[in-house]
Amino acid sequence: MSKGIAITGMGIISAIGNNVAENYHALLNGNKGITRVAKIKTNHVNEIMVGEIASTNNEFEQQLNLNSDNNYSRTAFLGAVAAKEAVKHAGITNINTYKTGLISATSVGGMDMTERYFYDYLTNKTTQKYIEGHHAGDSTQKIAEQLGIEKSLVTTISTACSSAANAIMLGARLIKSGELDRVIVGGSDCLSKFTINGFKTLMILSDTYNTPFDENRKGLNLGEAAAFLVLESDAVVKSENKTVLAYVKGYGNANDAYHQTASSDNGDGATIAMEKALKVANLTPNDIDYINAHGTATGNNDLSEGRAIIRVFGENVPDFSSTKAYTGHTLAAAGGIEAVYSVLALQNNVIYPNLNFETQMKEFDITPQLELKEKPLKTVMSNSFGFGGNCSTVIFSKEP
Amino acid sequence: MKQVYINSVGSISAQKTFDNDSFLEDVVGYEDNVISVIDPNYKDYIPPAAARRMAKGIKMGVVASKIALQDAGLENVDAIITGTGMGCVRDSEKFVSAIIDNDEQYLTPTSFIQSTHNTVGGQIALELQCKGYNFTYVHASNSFESTLLDAKLQLENDEEKNILIGGVDELGDHTVAIHKLINHIKPEAVKSSNLLDSGTEGAVFGEGANFFVLSNEKKASSYANIIGVKLYNTLPKAEVSQTALDFLAENNLDVKDIDILILGNNGDIKFDDFYTDLQSKTFHNNQQVYYKHLCGEFNTASSFGFWLASKILKTQTIPDVVKLNKVENSSYKTILLYNQYRGENHSFTLLKQC
Repeated sequence: MSKGIAITGMGIISAIGNNVAENYHALLNGNKGITRVAKIKTNHVNEIMVGEIASTNNEFEQQLNLNSDNNYSRTAFLGAVAAKEAVKHAGITNINTYKTGLISATSVGGMDMTERYFYDYLTNKTTQKYIEGHHAGDSTQKIAEQLGIEKSLVTTISTACSSAANAIMLGARLIKSGELDRVIVGGSDCLSKFTINGFKTLMILSDTYNTPFDENRKGLNLGEAAAFLVLESDAVVKSENKTVLAYVKGYGNANDAYHQTASSDNGDGATIAMEKALKVANLTPNDIDYINAHGTATGNNDLSEGRAIIRVFGENVPDFSSTKAYTGHTLAAAGGIEAVYSVLALQNNVIYPNLNFETQMKEFDITPQLELKEKPLKTVMSNSFGFGGNCSTVIFSKEP
Repeated sequence: MKQVYINSVGSISAQKTFDNDSFLEDVVGYEDNVISVIDPNYKDYIPPAAARRMAKGIKMGVVASKIALQDAGLENVDAIITGTGMGCVRDSEKFVSAIIDNDEQYLTPTSFIQSTHNTVGGQIALELQCKGYNFTYVHASNSFESTLLDAKLQLENDEEKNILIGGVDELGDHTVAIHKLINHIKPEAVKSSNLLDSGTEGAVFGEGANFFVLSNEKKASSYANIIGVKLYNTLPKAEVSQTALDFLAENNLDVKDIDILILGNNGDIKFDDFYTDLQSKTFHNNQQVYYKHLCGEFNTASSFGFWLASKILKTQTIPDVVKLNKVENSSYKTILLYNQYRGENHSFTLLKQC
């Protein structure tokens, strides 16, 4: 049984950087990664903006030393790059020294290739290699292979936009119970025509830069990204004399049970998730120094989440901001991306600004943090909410 | 640490398994390479208008979970954990083809929403108004076993009392067509009774939903006690037997303690040899059972194997149709299950009579 869940490594690739250092630099400097979509041919190109990663699949292929006959989806490429950085950062040389698992999250999986070759599969043998790469578990299997994880616990979570937060939660539970000594947790999602058109039909895509918690917010920008954390037990940290970046202190998942895609007006699910996480962490609302909000900039999310935050924190809402204005909404990866940002916030005692905010929402008087702020931080809460009423909260801390 | 029990089952499969009062009494034989479920009367469980809107996977999942709740005598559960390899794949096919066929115009959100992998878990929560923990695992042939592991950990630690878990997957036309092209589906129609002798590549594809209420409170009506579950992303063929033995040893058990070995053979000549060592060497003297000739192969087919094991332990009977060898026991106390798909995502599960 491990009491503390130590984070000993992080890796990330997003529209604002190819690694942890680049992401942090962009966060500090207010550099947004939001542009017109370039790599996907879509009729909606002038009606949407996205957080797209610059590297091409061919470049990833070279970076990972893969043969051209590989059947990696972009989700698998992104995941492999970020997971490798995390493992390297944790100073792991032999991954199988300890019982090491991998929990990854994705919603898109291999859909980028499926939508490209959907009819082509029926006649063209050369593209058929991607058929096996469609299912969501495929990218996870490939990431495990890239990391050298064999004969171990490897699984995939898909609960829409809370997926990676849930991967962290399962990872923490597996270490606490002694099932694993070490686990790499996170998520990966690439952009696809499927999600662009899906969110378009729901009419929640902004045609300009997304503006979380702003009265005149017009919707979200989709993004692509992958991020992973290395979690290790007390015993591994001790015997390897590991530097601990932060701890997973608490976690909670709840279901809003209100609507397949929309959040309830009062944020019931979100409220329960935050309360559960506080309880697991054995903390009170006053102990939270910063909330990295889900804050997708849709009308529905920001209202529901804001109300839930007020329900949990009352008069004393801590500093909060959404980083979606930097990266776009990276769906299943979002909880992983924002976990990395939360740990960086703790390590550096900074709170990132909620970019693009202009007008106070009229339903409540809480305002996100608008400027970069330096302040000693002990605990950071990160929210991730998804379709199917899925609500997740993870709390990160400096102390175990 | 608390013990974990299977307190109820609910199954929709290519057999008439939705009625919990019977146990494979009249088995349906097939001669095909793709087999669909035998539908219960969904209207007995969900209003017809709602049923019409639901994807097949949602309908199967919601109804199988309602059967499981009834069987457990519960109105609600504390958590819902769903496993699905492909989710509501028909809606995914529908949305992708609509994007291509209509050049990204005239699309409606329904099939996009139902394509989200956690749509079944979300719908069950909506139906039950269950605000508890709700996870969905999507890891190929270990999707269901992931739900089992997650629920087991939470119940052992007494974090929850009753957790609904299940595996659900539906067949989709395009998915079937392209899996025929890459020989994951057998080229020829195969008689159910000849599945393991087909001598050809690929499997007979199927679909289904198998749900269970797991609990850390034993009841007179409980089916079985869950001893352990282990998942492996990879496992060399040569190490399957030793891994099974190590798993038994971890649970203070030996080969002779296993009354029944339930195997996931699907008749694929390329991959069924993962079972050979267990069948003809290690567990040669143990009674053996198989099931994929009854339900077909799908990512969560092993949840049907789990259903079968639960029924055997509770009823203390084994239908002849699932017997794989000639060894016969008179009572059934301990069952070991082993499954893999195409040489990946292996699982071992141990159940005991309770």
